[in-house]
Amino acid sequence: MFDMIGNIFKNLGTKPATRCYPFEKREPFEASRGRVKGIEIEKCIFCGICSRKCPADAIRVDRNAKSWEIDPFKCVICGACAEVCPKKCVIMDEAYTQPTTAKDKLTYVQAAKEESQSQAG
Amino acid sequence: MNGKTVIPFGPQHPVLPEPLQLKLVMQDEKIVEAIPAIGYVHRGLEKLTETKEFTQNVFVIERICGICSFKHALAYCQGMENLMGIEVPDRARFLRVIWGELHRMHSHLLWLGLLADAFGFESLFMQAWRDREKVMDIMEATAGSRVIISTNQIGGTRRDISPEMLAKIVDVVNDVKEDIERVEKVFCNDYTVKHRMVGIGVLSKENAKLWGAVGPMARGSGIAEDVRTLGYAAYGELDLEPVVETDGDCYARMKVRLRELYQSIDLIKQAIAKIPEGPINVPVKGNPNGEVISRVEQPRGEALYYMRANGGKTLDRLRVRTPTFANIPTLLKMLPGHHLADVPILILTIDPCISCTER
Repeated sequence: MFDMIGNIFKNLGTKPATRCYPFEKREPFEASRGRVKGIEIEKCIFCGICSRKCPADAIRVDRNAKSWEIDPFKCVICGACAEVCPKKCVIMDEAYTQPTTAKDKLTYVQAAKEESQSQAG
Repeated sequence: MNGKTVIPFGPQHPVLPEPLQLKLVMQDEKIVEAIPAIGYVHRGLEKLTETKEFTQNVFVIERICGICSFKHALAYCQGMENLMGIEVPDRARFLRVIWGELHRMHSHLLWLGLLADAFGFESLFMQAWRDREKVMDIMEATAGSRVIISTNQIGGTRRDISPEMLAKIVDVVNDVKEDIERVEKVFCNDYTVKHRMVGIGVLSKENAKLWGAVGPMARGSGIAEDVRTLGYAAYGELDLEPVVETDGDCYARMKVRLRELYQSIDLIKQAIAKIPEGPINVPVKGNPNGEVISRVEQPRGEALYYMRANGGKTLDRLRVRTPTFANIPTLLKMLPGHHLADVPILILTIDPCISCTER
């Protein structure tokens, strides 16, 4: 019993193990797999390897429409897409996905000319 | 029913992190019979593996269990490597030991916390989980995720650990060791803890063998059985003795897990001292053909994987026998004769993982 009392007094003397979350955020680790942020669409060659290797079927690539789409709510953030991409244009981010109010997909369409455009919706 | 009452225990119960239901047939305060009902978290993952490519299956299999995800992936990868004749690089084998033992540490610390919670020792529960958090941070810093770390792949590992990070792991496990020494005193000597655990749920060595107990259950009853001693991954090159206690009660099973924490720390340090330089994975060529059985020692005991492939990209069949599935019959045999108040502790000492069991 006195062992635990010792622990408790030690804990009273040290700062809390938890954080006051919304005010004090933890910096994500450098190597952390937080989310798939998107794609550098102008580099993409629409080979579709990412969509075939995705274990959750979250990515849809359309070669004709030159579009790349990810469903962040299906994505299991394994990072397989970023690993197999031959052009290394899938961007991973170390921060976790923020909560949202709508289950939107993330769509990128490559512009016909050199200029690129991206839209979410 | 001659004065017998049936009390359903679970699927929702404060001590159960996962939905296991036991219908307890009671005579007064004593249990006469326990009838299990499982199937609340069945997700059909075995079937799903038949539709995915065999390389993608690693991600599916990791999701069988959150707590021992790395070990599940390890069992699958080792099986497929044996089937396809892939030689895993030495560095990958040592990395697998390091991550595997970190997983065992966080699983056992989680379990110790849950156990303390089950007998109502809230501050001890918080203490154990507080110590666990250091291991989780190491996992995220090295592998990218806290629980489902996705570092295994067929042919090696997906990530490497830098020398600075290896040194940091040694620091952290030394730190955690000091923390465990402090909570160990409480777990082993406290009057309340002893009162709830000593002499409860005694499983003799003969019965443990007869009912097929695995892992810390079997080792708590004096059976020196540990799949790691077969020397898979890099365990063959490390100094390893199975942790054995002979009393066979709940207290002995808790002591096995506490001592295994020290063993894991020791194995991590040994692996870090011996880890060679070199590549971490080899490319996979061709498709698997044939059938194979693979076994690993998970925190809860021995897991057995069976895979059958037909030369195509997908598997014909994948079957998993998880440690909890093997320990449930033992639990059912142990329960009769005990008081209702001892049921939470008895269920917890098998360390039930129902997600594993039902897949």
